Amino acid sequence: MRALLKHRLACVVVMAVVAVVLPLVFPSAYYYRVAALVFVFALAAVGLNLLMGLAGQVSLGHAGFMGIGAYAVAIGPTHLGLPSWLSFILGGVLSALTAFLVGRPILRLKGHYLAVATLGFGLLLAIVFTNEARWTGGPDGMAVPRLALLGTPVRGADAWYWISAVSFLIGATLAQNLIDSPSGRALAAIHDGELAARVLGIDAGRQKLKVFVISAVYASVAGSLFALLNGHITPDVSGFLRSIELVAMVVLGGTGSVAGSLVGAALLVVLPQTLTALHDYEHMVLGLVVMGVMIFLRAGIVPTLAGALAARRA
Amino acid sequence: MSELLQFVFSGLTVGAVYALVALGFTLIYNASDVINFAQGEFVMLGGMTTVFLALAGVPLPLAAVLAIILTVIVGLALYRFAIEPARGASAVVLIIITIGASIFLRGAAQVIFDKRFHSLPPWFGNEPIRVGGAAILPQSLVVLAGVLVIVVLLWAFIERTLIGKAIVATAANRLAARLVGIDTGRMTGLCFALSAAIGAIAGLLITPITLTSYDVGTLLALKGFAAAMLGGIGSAVGAVMGGLLLGLLEALAAGYVSSQYKDAVAFLVILLVLFAMPRGLFGRAPVERV
Amino acid sequence: MTVLAAEHLSISFGGVHALEDVSLTVPPGLVFSIIGPNGAGKTTLFNVISGLYAPERGRVQFVGEDVTRLVPEALARRGLSRTFQNLQIFFRMSALENVMVGRHRHETTGILADLLHLPVVVRQNRATREAAMTALARVGLAASAERPAASLSYGDLRRLEMARALASEPKLVLLDEPAAGCNAVETAEIGAIIRRLTGDGITVVLVEHDMRLVMNVSDRIHVLANGRTLAEGTAAEVRANAAVIEAYLGMAGGAPEASEG
Repeated sequence: MRALLKHRLACVVVMAVVAVVLPLVFPSAYYYRVAALVFVFALAAVGLNLLMGLAGQVSLGHAGFMGIGAYAVAIGPTHLGLPSWLSFILGGVLSALTAFLVGRPILRLKGHYLAVATLGFGLLLAIVFTNEARWTGGPDGMAVPRLALLGTPVRGADAWYWISAVSFLIGATLAQNLIDSPSGRALAAIHDGELAARVLGIDAGRQKLKVFVISAVYASVAGSLFALLNGHITPDVSGFLRSIELVAMVVLGGTGSVAGSLVGAALLVVLPQTLTALHDYEHMVLGLVVMGVMIFLRAGIVPTLAGALAARRA
Repeated sequence: MSELLQFVFSGLTVGAVYALVALGFTLIYNASDVINFAQGEFVMLGGMTTVFLALAGVPLPLAAVLAIILTVIVGLALYRFAIEPARGASAVVLIIITIGASIFLRGAAQVIFDKRFHSLPPWFGNEPIRVGGAAILPQSLVVLAGVLVIVVLLWAFIERTLIGKAIVATAANRLAARLVGIDTGRMTGLCFALSAAIGAIAGLLITPITLTSYDVGTLLALKGFAAAMLGGIGSAVGAVMGGLLLGLLEALAAGYVSSQYKDAVAFLVILLVLFAMPRGLFGRAPVERV
Repeated sequence: MTVLAAEHLSISFGGVHALEDVSLTVPPGLVFSIIGPNGAGKTTLFNVISGLYAPERGRVQFVGEDVTRLVPEALARRGLSRTFQNLQIFFRMSALENVMVGRHRHETTGILADLLHLPVVVRQNRATREAAMTALARVGLAASAERPAASLSYGDLRRLEMARALASEPKLVLLDEPAAGCNAVETAEIGAIIRRLTGDGITVVLVEHDMRLVMNVSDRIHVLANGRTLAEGTAAEVRANAAVIEAYLGMAGGAPEASEG
């Protein structure tokens, strides 16, 4: 039994079961929508987790890539006459390309220099999205044409629930695969001791770039899904606060834990929804959560729980 | 020519604020290796608190002093409740903590104050002074003079007082400082307090020109950080020079290239400095031992 | 045929001449030790050879190829491995995982295959695991394979780092003070492991302070002092060298001691 639980896809199976069972307790379409948002952000968080948890790098501008994906599925159909699914793919390609070009120089930096460089990069993207109003609709954003699969428009909160749940599960599977592979071990080694890793033949620069590109594609896919299910996007989708929220999701759930990314996303998406009366206090709460997690719960929820369970069984 | 002069003056004015923010960054960074993203919030608090106290009937000079005191308390609270408990955490964790603090303070300002823009009356009136075809606001001169005074006072404090020396010792080698009996915790707290005060004063000086609102902090922090990096993180001289230079670059870019992308200048500067000259203009080279 | 040759290496930091015209030649299959008082430049020499520093003057040749300007990962791919004085263990991994990373240069799957967990990846994982277990057994740590590296004793960690270097199947391994901080028993075990390495055809270059270990395992000894070569020869020759004795006079223990058997 224990061996089964340690299988790399065990947590994916558990999350899949949750995803299937959850709608049975949904009283209304609203819940489907919130859950869909959770899966979408969890997908972005998993990508960021590969970068932060596995490879030990940091990105404080990751929402920028979400923005690329989101605006791709808005601009493609609206201004370029491209079908949504093609724009979706192009968004991913554009994100990957951007990550590739920007990543090489940025990932040579370490510590707070890396953090601030990614922050600056994310903010630059947000500024571009805000300013290029002809393409992006400016600060008020733009509408996102509906996704049409095989001729029929995809409509309804429940349809989007399944789309985002499946997308997340696929992303989680790929992530778990990566962790239990030669590339995953190389990245973990870079995290724990970059010098020692290099001396064992690991090209740290190239490996870091690879995972940066992969995490950018995750974010882009999540951004596109977000735009399509929301029907409307603003530059906030790529903004500074969004980037910090993503980091908070990763750390809160557990840096390095794929299941943790789902937990972190769930908490940070659902909490503001439940506190609508306290909407004005949203930033205060986010700030407190970020500080609290970083000071007291740096290991994250899932690893802490898992550790406590293991200790009890011993 | 007069247009250029105009840009130079407005650039230097804004640059002076960046210089003060950068100075605050440098103080805290030298004392604790923390990049304090809430630095911009200190500026915001200085301006906004004064505005709202004045609106509540408090005479302006008193409101200003109270605002500075309040900001200092916030700075100390930041150190005591957010930074100190995380002693020993990595640089990245500490940055994220201060980002969380800045988001928190911004959220609090939104609730306690409001979301509108506010102004303060200029110290010497609004009549612009004409210099070579350009118009300078008297308040600009106040800002520049203010920066000069603060830099001189800070220099005197650090170089000429015992506490100043203790701060330098704490910054140079924390453990050694403790071994000779310096209360490094208190010295670091003092740096946070000084930083907050400097930020608050910057807010007071600049609000008559640029207005203030609950969310001016974030962008200011980033630009102040860009200035500190440009000047060389850890160098006080660099912070001031970097701030003025950044303000100039911004104004010139806004005037001659595109005013929409004015804010992007700071981020481009950050990226450029990090890639091309990580030490900045006046910084020291880091030494790494294997 | 020499496996490693350093020619007239010089490097300074600030005004300090860390290495001044140092040359040495390492024949294959031997244990070649570099000794010297503190600050002699031994670790600096290692850092230059393993590509962490670029020398100001001089060359490094590895198996006939000029590798002076190559980065550490490129050297590793050519079969040059090293351990570190201050232990660079991957503390978040288990002992076995640490050694599995050592197999990296023999792993051939690409990132796409890894993401999709194709059968070739399954086979690769299995092969890596087996090779890593073999390396662990070679240093006597097979029983600790699944334990977190952080829970191992200091002596075990030293052996673990050697197993990791071994797993990469190097032609030459640089051991930077492998017995530092170890007691007599642990040091003797390290000595036995070093002998096993040369038995497997791996050339060992050793930096060590523990004279007993050095005298016991070394085939040739190169003495550095103040960044310069002081002497080179067999253990007996070096022990009798007047300049070497003088360099060590005043240090705890006096002249480099004879071995105990």
